[in-house]
Amino acid sequence: MKKTTTLLAVLAFTLLGSSLAQAEEQTLLEAIFTPFRQKEFVPVTNKTYQDECGSCHFAYPPGLLPSKSWEKLLTAQALPDHFGENAELDADTLKEIREYALANAADKSYHKRSRKIALATENIDAPLRITEVRYIKRKHHEIPEKMIKGNKDVKSLSYCDACHTQAKKGVFDADTVRIPNYPDWDD
Amino acid sequence: MKTLYTLMIVGALALSGTAHATPATDALLAKYKAEGVTKIDAAKGKADWTKSGKGEDGEAISCSSCHGTDFSKAGKHHKTHKVIEPMSPRANAERFTDEKKIEKWFKRNCNDAWGRECTAQEKADFLTFLLAQ
Ligand code: HEC
Ligand code: HEC
Ligand code: HEC
Repeated sequence: MKKTTTLLAVLAFTLLGSSLAQAEEQTLLEAIFTPFRQKEFVPVTNKTYQDECGSCHFAYPPGLLPSKSWEKLLTAQALPDHFGENAELDADTLKEIREYALANAADKSYHKRSRKIALATENIDAPLRITEVRYIKRKHHEIPEKMIKGNKDVKSLSYCDACHTQAKKGVFDADTVRIPNYPDWDD
Repeated sequence: MKTLYTLMIVGALALSGTAHATPATDALLAKYKAEGVTKIDAAKGKADWTKSGKGEDGEAISCSSCHGTDFSKAGKHHKTHKVIEPMSPRANAERFTDEKKIEKWFKRNCNDAWGRECTAQEKADFLTFLLAQ
């Protein structure tokens, strides 16, 4: 009896320890036991990332790009000219954001959509845009231009949260999409 | 003890209720003065708010392109269309509470709108104008 209790305690401790160590990303076990989350993306959990990278646009969950992309985007040289805007950060903030993004990048995630992004970018140069990733392009190629560029409330595919109503939770499932000004896009 | 807390809260409310200055804006205005600003002109800040320079692709951009001119209402980023919370400290209690944040956005936004950084004088005028909204 005593032996089982000790064993259980050790097991509980190990599980707790491993989930603490990986607090940012879910453990494989957790991912397996939460099917919906497993399919979608891990939402942004780091407050600094949310604040700094969510001020000009939707804060893209790091699982949308592979680590080689974040390595190029998140440097002191690249950020002052970030798609034509100044997104410069002080050294400490940059370090925190870069580490967070790298630890949660598509190739570090167990989640299905992130895995697909990792696969789609495996043997090519690091894309700087999510919208350049083959998997993302393929998911949207049937949407007519007038609903994106010609839509004053969307303007570009880059603004995921204009259509994906649960993007902030990391959920991009087709059932959660609403295209502004085109309520019947699905017909 | 309870009365003491109440007094402290009432006191804090009274202070923040009159001027919308925050410790962060007090520190910044003191810094601008140390950098040589002698006379602050909120009317100049108001005029500068809608003064446009040439943005990145030749498009005319001013502060109001992203923040609007009604400070109690949210603005919209001219390019990404992301909603930007109201600039008025009355409408948005989080405004102007972090010195580093204010300086960071002055640097970015002056470059976006005018293609250069703002001077201490321009920043002092803007800040004083904005705090009164
Ligand atoms: C000063 C404003 C600003 C800040 C701050 C900012 N960005 Fe951006 N970002 C932009 C603009 C503008 C674009 C280009 C949007 C477009 O093409 O319409 C962009 C595009 C992107 C894209 C490509 C999206 C696509 O088209 O697939 C990624 C990824 C990105 N940003 C990540 C970040 C991260 C991570 C941070 C935090 C370090 C950040 N951004 C901070 C303005 C900003
Ligand atoms: C113009 C609106 C719009 C924008 C902007 C948009 N999407 Fe989508 N997205 C859609 C639609 C519509 C679908 C569903 C297509 C279909 O019926 O299969 C979709 C599907 C997806 C899917 C697959 C969902 C599934 O159930 O298989 C993913 C992943 C996705 N989008 C990610 C993104 C990301 C990431 C961004 C931003 C970089 C983005 N989308 C921007 C409209 C949009
Ligand atoms: C390209 C769009 C854009 C333009 C143009 C712009 N801003 Fe901003 N501004 C932002 C964004 C985005 C933020 C950060 C988001 C937030 O604080 O809600 C911001 C934040 C600020 C802040 C920080 C406020 C705080 O609470 O700390 C100040 C100050 C500011 N802007 C002043 C200006 C001034 C002055 C101009 C004109 C010279 C200007 N902005 C032009 C987009 C813009």
